[in-house]
Amino acid sequence: MGKKILLEHIDVPGIETFEVYRKMGGYTAVEKAIKTLTPDEVVEEVKKSGVRGRGGAGFPMGMKWSFLAKPEGVPRYLVCNADESEPGTFKDHYLMKNIPHLLIEGMIVSSFALGANKSFIYVRGELMYVIRILEKAIAEAKAAGFLGKNILGTGYDLELVVQPGGGAYICGEETALLESLEGKRGNPRNKPPFPAVKGLYQSPTVVNNVESIATTPWIINNGGEAYAGIGIGRSTGTKLISASGHINKPGVYEIELGVPVEDFIYADEWCGGIRPGHKLKAVVAGGSSVPILPADLILKLANGDKRLMSYESLSDGGFATGTMLGSGGFIVFDETSCIVRNTWNFSRFYHHESCGQCSPCREGTGWMEKVLHRLEYGHGNMHDIDLLVDVAKKIEGNTICPLGDAAAWPVASAIRHFREEFEWHVTHPHEATQPGAVYRGEMALV
Amino acid sequence: MEDNKPQLLKVTVDGIEVEVEPGTTILQAARKIGGDVAPPAMCYYQPLKGSGGKCRACLVRVAAGSAKDPRPMPKLVASCITPVQDGMVVENTTNPQVLEARKGVVEFLLLNHPLDCPVCDQAGECDLQNFAYNHGMATTRYEEERRLFEKRDIGPYIQLHMTRCILCYRCVYTADQITEKRVHGVMNRGDAAEISTYIEKAVDNDFSGNVIDVCPVGALTDKTYRFKNRVWFTKPVDAHRDCPTCSGNVTLWYRGEDVIRVTARKNEWNEVKEFICNTCRFDKKKTSDWVIEGPTKIARSSVITANKYRKDSIKTSEFALRLAADEYKQTDDIRDRSQLGIQQLPPERFKALPHAMDPEP
Repeated sequence: MGKKILLEHIDVPGIETFEVYRKMGGYTAVEKAIKTLTPDEVVEEVKKSGVRGRGGAGFPMGMKWSFLAKPEGVPRYLVCNADESEPGTFKDHYLMKNIPHLLIEGMIVSSFALGANKSFIYVRGELMYVIRILEKAIAEAKAAGFLGKNILGTGYDLELVVQPGGGAYICGEETALLESLEGKRGNPRNKPPFPAVKGLYQSPTVVNNVESIATTPWIINNGGEAYAGIGIGRSTGTKLISASGHINKPGVYEIELGVPVEDFIYADEWCGGIRPGHKLKAVVAGGSSVPILPADLILKLANGDKRLMSYESLSDGGFATGTMLGSGGFIVFDETSCIVRNTWNFSRFYHHESCGQCSPCREGTGWMEKVLHRLEYGHGNMHDIDLLVDVAKKIEGNTICPLGDAAAWPVASAIRHFREEFEWHVTHPHEATQPGAVYRGEMALV
Repeated sequence: MEDNKPQLLKVTVDGIEVEVEPGTTILQAARKIGGDVAPPAMCYYQPLKGSGGKCRACLVRVAAGSAKDPRPMPKLVASCITPVQDGMVVENTTNPQVLEARKGVVEFLLLNHPLDCPVCDQAGECDLQNFAYNHGMATTRYEEERRLFEKRDIGPYIQLHMTRCILCYRCVYTADQITEKRVHGVMNRGDAAEISTYIEKAVDNDFSGNVIDVCPVGALTDKTYRFKNRVWFTKPVDAHRDCPTCSGNVTLWYRGEDVIRVTARKNEWNEVKEFICNTCRFDKKKTSDWVIEGPTKIARSSVITANKYRKDSIKTSEFALRLAADEYKQTDDIRDRSQLGIQQLPPERFKALPHAMDPEP
């Protein structure tokens, strides 16, 4: 069994209530941080831990905190990004639903470290029941003196607000989230200025993912060095992985970073292998926006070593032979999956969710989706495949926010690794459009 | 004595060095040099705060971040919103990656913008036309269905043609910043996004006419002028009047003896110098309403000047030769042009034909 940090007490009955959570050692990090440490010491512990942002970008959290501007007389804000909506990613939802106090405790510790007196949890609007769970947890914590004015008699005040989001994927991008939180249309802002300098209400702001914030209580209780001792290399600690697709045991798993991908897929402790009678075809390792990899590349690096579940190992080889850990949305495909249909489906999502602010993303995502739709339904030609690659290239890196990249990478990588499957859709339009048809080498499986 | 003057920053754009004040953006620095070095801009509009960064037309490559940190920036950056740093080296038309990205932006913008320039009211004054002409491809690869909109009545003075809109947000910023009540904005997401008033006939503010001037394409046009004329048949004249609401400094557009249109005055980047009120724009269309200052200065290469210069005043030599040589170059580049008596010009001269933004010769 791997080390558990976030999900250690997840199976304890009643852990969603304050009493049980407190009994299991909850809120001791708040006591320790507020009573015995200074904010800078908390930041230092988080820096030492080497924990990296769990929302997808993987930026070191302690470093992000240390970038926060601290001008006199200006409030600072901590915003928790709980707008999880990437296809294949559902770990934050799971964490908030089952153990809400872990997030609340993390928010108190983190807010204290950053000197924020008002913090926000921006939750995706569809998760109304999670919002109610969080609000109940906040009320319990407040009643116990861990929130509100003069926390534990130390003079530190903190108000925690849960804000339902507008139900747009783009609102998970940190600057679009801030716009949305301010009551405006969720369009990403141009950077610079970065939120650490001018964020919410033009004030210095840190935006962190749910999972990142939820690690802080453990780091404070056990020390940053203890956390850095878990994991591998610069990928320290544990990571929640939302595993889905053609595996025997889909679900949310906490893994110690550095577990071999092969073990993660086949071990009984985690995914439990591909469904019986089938074999692995491809994996999207970090949510739908990261490049897809075929079975041989996801299991092994270019030099033949085993690929590990870590930031470095998954991105080894760049986009030619690698991918990204992203937000940990691990989607597994067996040989019955049609890559063209899957790519079209992803593309449909990004087309729908593009905010429409900058031209390459607004027009390009729709264009790719329409061409993929044609290919999937047997109306494409060979030229379309190169066209898709070129359009993806023209979007990638040229947009305001990373949604452009997120839309371009799945398309570009699918063609890079599964080009013959796209070509088969062009050369065999009749076979390819049969219900359930999938390319299998030379012959179609219907 | 202490010198309070801010220290000037040195920036190099396409090999040309320029000194600018701190806080200047790359685009402004490049405009200071002028000519082809100035990147195109579809959404950036200097008088409007917060504009820019959206159309991605002005993407440039920063080959060196600053003298202190000479590392190149990993991605292309939007020059209109990126402040310069001392020692920054910028590549604009000298970088193939930039030109490739711009070609892409033109293609994206033209996916849903109909190429109906011959019947569009903005023909001859369209920023997108210039941008596409200088940076685009001759053909499109888009075969899918295009975006269409029902016509919508947004008020008495302005015609919205959403089909032509490129979502630059300029009109939204204008309404937000210079009118009292903003009544229009962007609705929906992605390529379904549209400029709308939600409630019809809502745009009736005193300064609403300015959204026509800022629109870079023919999406917002003047109902009192639409299809009355083509811009190259008109004569622009600077004039002013004593107006209680605005500065009253305008350009009158004459056809024969009649004022057929009134607009704000624009600079060489097609940006208005001062916003004007609706009374000046829509109601004052008699010469007697105005004090005439003289002909508006327009770049000689602009199509607006086409019918206003005598034939013998146009120096044909260089333009005609460049055009001839360029066309010849496309048909057969192997033969020696000097045999045909065509002047040999360096290849970079073929990049662009004269356009509205060229400095006057």
